[in-house]
Amino acid sequence: MSDPNIPVNAIKELESQIADLKLKIEDMDKKNPSNKLSMVVFSGDMDKILAAFVIATGAVAMGMEAVMFFTFWGTPVLRDKKKKPGPKDLISNMFGMMLPKGTGKVKLSRMNMGGIGTVMMKSLMKKKNVASLEEMLAMAEELGVRIFVCEMSMDLMGFKREEMIDYKDITFCGVAKFLEEAKESRIQLFI
Amino acid sequence: MSDEIQVKKTMDLKGMPCPMPVVKVSKGIKEVEVGDVIEAITTDPGSLSDFPAWARTSGNEIIKTDQDGKTIKFYIRRNT
Repeated sequence: MSDPNIPVNAIKELESQIADLKLKIEDMDKKNPSNKLSMVVFSGDMDKILAAFVIATGAVAMGMEAVMFFTFWGTPVLRDKKKKPGPKDLISNMFGMMLPKGTGKVKLSRMNMGGIGTVMMKSLMKKKNVASLEEMLAMAEELGVRIFVCEMSMDLMGFKREEMIDYKDITFCGVAKFLEEAKESRIQLFI
Repeated sequence: MSDEIQVKKTMDLKGMPCPMPVVKVSKGIKEVEVGDVIEAITTDPGSLSDFPAWARTSGNEIIKTDQDGKTIKFYIRRNT
């Protein structure tokens, strides 16, 4: 450091440049997306939710983190069919009755044919060993897939937290919580 | 065969379609030590492309793939 041939000013300048670079690298590290998958599950269709769970569990198998944000038609699917929500107003009751209560009640987005198509698809899935939505949900929980539920959708349709499924890593939240995850995720999907 | 590759554990994943073979193998490989080899047997044709993709991404290594009719055997070394 005390080499007389190097002027003190030059060393000072180098030091400040290095400090600047360090800050820049730290900043870039923060912006670098992490090995994470963030997914919006908007659909309440059986086939689309199945695809969402296949991708989420696959992501964990690939060593990624996975977050699923259930919103709008996706929210009623996370209701527990065994739980009773208690008294509600008329419109909430109607929504509650008309929307699928739990993963067992969802229908195909195409070829439902008044329910026949969904029944056929389920029996075909069983025959071909394709995991059911219930099994995929259990697998997702076991693998540590995080589930976020849109508070606004629940409020809109009159769902209460007490009637939602028991799931290890479930968070009732808004869009900001999801965006915080999505912002730093390498993959973002809308299903 | 056995003097070629020392297999620590065998996973029977026959009859399972996507995503289960990859999900199961990613869990199963964590039950052996780093450096150990597991054998995974599948019948899902998709696993022929899925297993190498999974191995590349998760940092493990497929050291051998045997195919006999519909049955596919992967020998995977745990590297991470």
